[in-house]
Amino acid sequence: MNDDNIIVCRCEDITMKEIRDAIKEGFTTLEEIKRVLRAGMGPCQGKTCGPIIAREIVKMTGKSMEEVMTQKLRPPFGGITFKEVINDE
Amino acid sequence: MMNKAYVVIIGGGVTGCSIAYNLAKKGIKDIIVLERKYLSYGATGRCGAGIRQQWGTHQNCILSTESIKIFENMNEILQTKRDIELKQKGYLLLAYSEKELKQFKKNIEIQHEHNIPSTLVTPEEAKEIVPMLNTENIIGGAFCPTDGHANPFLVNQAYADAAKRLGVKFIKAEALGIKKKESKIIGVETNKGFIETTRVVNAAGSWSKEIGSMVGIDLPVYSEVHEILATEPVKPILNPMVMSFSHNFYCQQTPHGSFIMGMSPIEKVKDVSWQFLERMTKKISTLLPPTKNLRIVRQWSGYYNISPDKQPIVCESEEIEGFYMAIGFSGHGFMLSPAVGILMSNIILKEKLQWDVTLDIGRFKRKEIIEEPSVV
Repeated sequence: MNDDNIIVCRCEDITMKEIRDAIKEGFTTLEEIKRVLRAGMGPCQGKTCGPIIAREIVKMTGKSMEEVMTQKLRPPFGGITFKEVINDE
Repeated sequence: MMNKAYVVIIGGGVTGCSIAYNLAKKGIKDIIVLERKYLSYGATGRCGAGIRQQWGTHQNCILSTESIKIFENMNEILQTKRDIELKQKGYLLLAYSEKELKQFKKNIEIQHEHNIPSTLVTPEEAKEIVPMLNTENIIGGAFCPTDGHANPFLVNQAYADAAKRLGVKFIKAEALGIKKKESKIIGVETNKGFIETTRVVNAAGSWSKEIGSMVGIDLPVYSEVHEILATEPVKPILNPMVMSFSHNFYCQQTPHGSFIMGMSPIEKVKDVSWQFLERMTKKISTLLPPTKNLRIVRQWSGYYNISPDKQPIVCESEEIEGFYMAIGFSGHGFMLSPAVGILMSNIILKEKLQWDVTLDIGRFKRKEIIEEPSVV
């Protein structure tokens, strides 16, 4: 099965092929891939795509999962609107 | 790993990579860039992604306007793999007091000497530029249509890629110490071994003071945590960066559609804070009311490396031969990096500086300081 067209990052619309190309280009941590492709910058903050990308990096580079799973999860950990923050409905 | 280099640049941020590229472009071989984490780990990857020319000092005007000329042609100059996402829809600076407006007038006079196309605007004109703007208490503003945005990660990467093509080596290693003999640099100790070199460039941004202490110099800079938030992407509704010095914030919509906004800390913080979210959202939803419905997807913090006059220090050390520094950007390192890379290549190669600026560290002792008045 050709899985190149699978959308890996649903927030930013990034396919498996784009992820694989970036890994081939030399970006081999979640943080580096996030910086060039935006994968993990959307509303889910990498909670969906992170493990999938990490597995792909491990498969392609032979690195260990610990080395690869370095992404920092940024607060507020779930989308929250301005008016919710300032309590103004 | 290579154990000998013409120059070792400490820091793989946009400044270090711009310096590496500009040196390599002039034919220098054996350039090493040390980065302990990954490109854009530090301030470059955490900045507000703005590029502006509306400054209150000649030097900042020169550095920024020359940098924008390069940003405008960067995709071609650096043969970038990914478009740098340049957006030139201006910076709108808001004035809330006569004093502020007077400062803008003064700044604009200086800017016009450098052909920066800035103008004073009335509250009505500001509202035309930003229709969603709440003009309450605003008495005027300044606008420069060629200011704007570029993607810091992709600019940093573009400089690094271009440098690599010219033979620059990037090594993932941490500088642990700098060796000198008498008052000359002889090498850099890293966690991956020793590199013999007679030249070191301190481009370590937030950690530049620590690098200075490795050669026994107490650099006059300090790092301060600043916070930013980003929202989900929405369709384009805000053209320029909107900014106020007295209200201490900046806010823009990137070409991607997300809003990025930040403000200076009121009290000292170590990392991200809830207080920042409250203050920031309150301020922006009053000033740009439709933003109330925006969803925050992440917040982060990063360091400003601040110099005594809020202007960069780009020079060779007076005490240590071969110790160079490009530090103290005070929150504006990204937008000035194209020009700074060229200037540092001038300094290292003992050429005449391409532009008439005084960025050496000696200016503080000579008391030649003209402080930049326009900083958030």
